[in-house]
Amino acid sequence: MSHFSPTAAVNYFFNYFLMKGVLVTIGLTVAAVIGGLILGMGIALMRMSSNPVLSGFSRFYIWFFRGTPLLIQLVVIYSGLPQLGIKFSVITCALVGLILNEAAYLAEIVRSGFMAVSAGQREAAWALSLSPWVTFRRVTLPQAFRLMIPPLGNSINSLLKATSLASVISVEELMRRSDMLMQEHFQILEVYAAATAYYLILTSVWDAVQRRLEKHFGRSTAAKSRRVPASAPVVQASVEARA
Amino acid sequence: MSEMSMNAAGGVEGAVAQPQLREVPAVRMEAVYKHYGDFTALHEVDLKVARGEKIVVCGPSGSGKSTLIRCINHIEKHDEGLIYVNGTELDHQRKNIDAVRRDTGMVFQSFNLFPHMTVLENCILAPMTVSGMSQAEAKDLAMHFLTKVRIPDQAEKYPGQLSGGQQQRVAIARALCMRPKIMLFDEPTSALDPEMVKEVLETMKKLAEEGMTMLCVTHEMGFAREVADRIVFMNEGKVVEQAAPEEFFKNPKSERARTFLDQIIH
Repeated sequence: MSHFSPTAAVNYFFNYFLMKGVLVTIGLTVAAVIGGLILGMGIALMRMSSNPVLSGFSRFYIWFFRGTPLLIQLVVIYSGLPQLGIKFSVITCALVGLILNEAAYLAEIVRSGFMAVSAGQREAAWALSLSPWVTFRRVTLPQAFRLMIPPLGNSINSLLKATSLASVISVEELMRRSDMLMQEHFQILEVYAAATAYYLILTSVWDAVQRRLEKHFGRSTAAKSRRVPASAPVVQASVEARA
Repeated sequence: MSEMSMNAAGGVEGAVAQPQLREVPAVRMEAVYKHYGDFTALHEVDLKVARGEKIVVCGPSGSGKSTLIRCINHIEKHDEGLIYVNGTELDHQRKNIDAVRRDTGMVFQSFNLFPHMTVLENCILAPMTVSGMSQAEAKDLAMHFLTKVRIPDQAEKYPGQLSGGQQQRVAIARALCMRPKIMLFDEPTSALDPEMVKEVLETMKKLAEEGMTMLCVTHEMGFAREVADRIVFMNEGKVVEQAAPEEFFKNPKSERARTFLDQIIH
């Protein structure tokens, strides 16, 4: 047992128990991204609102959740809130914590995306008498989203790994199940090698997805580079997009 | 006597009501003010534009030209005074703002085409979502106006693939697709390379010949001379002088206009 056993590592990799943990990790990530995006969009809209109560609340929210460790947030939700009579299932606790935390980061990404869309785009929409909804849905959102993809991808990559913190409140995701296998068999390197491989695969898959998204939403920009436009404003916009 | 007074009354009524109906000005501004903090961008501006009239607004930078035409479609909100567009008062009410924006088309210095949409998509968005046209109808309309600005072959390209002059012509076509009664141009050629100015001005001239009511902020004095019915000269937020082009260029009344013309015409 004093050597690293590749065979054991491979066996752990194909361990059914561990694979189920991987599925939980994926599930947590997907749910937290969706929940975080919806909540983050709301927080971002509040932040951009001219109402001082709404923007003040949003500012506080972002300050609070970005200023405290996710680990504390999870522990407080799981162990602290029951003291006040608020009790959720383990999975719910993890999701609430991840969503609340992720929303604070995504809100800032969403906000910066919208702020990077030039005022002229909105003015053109007004001049064409487009409704506020059409302006949002067809003019500002697609442009903002293209700018959001790179930081969004980064944030989701972090989130995927941050789900491992849910192991602390006993959610049986990849990290927790690796711990459990390790405690049972004491093949520390072998078990964690398998877990590491899974994390690398997941982040690599996400990288590939992100690249495809960037390509898809950047097709008008890609077309742009084939011809240098004579106009300064458009050049600027495309440079911003790549930055 | 009674018959006569009735006739007179009828005559007066006819004389007042009839021409008013026919001659609702395209734009009427009365004592309009616009402030940005302490800065007064528009200072008691009075302006009347008849239907079919072509106005060129000129003046030194910061004189309020752009603010003036941006107030006409409520992209800037005026602070005081009255603005009527085609008889609709711009009183900050949503439905009146919408009505005015439907009557006006605007072309910007920086084009402001939607970069993520093709030329055709840029042109059909408003007709489909605002006027409720079918896609086929909107495409026909868009192709009609793209042909008019002489770039139908670029319909499937993205704005970034076009030259500045082409982009600005698309912007004109996009505005025309909403069949505006008044066109507002905010320095449409200022962001263009010199060799592209002409193609945009030609397009605007064609539009003027067809009887479109136009308000144009521009430094293109050749265009002003040739196309404008009237030059409106602004300085420090005020309309300093209004005159027919020949008169304005030959014999500007105000000292400020004289120095401006000296600087701009070389």
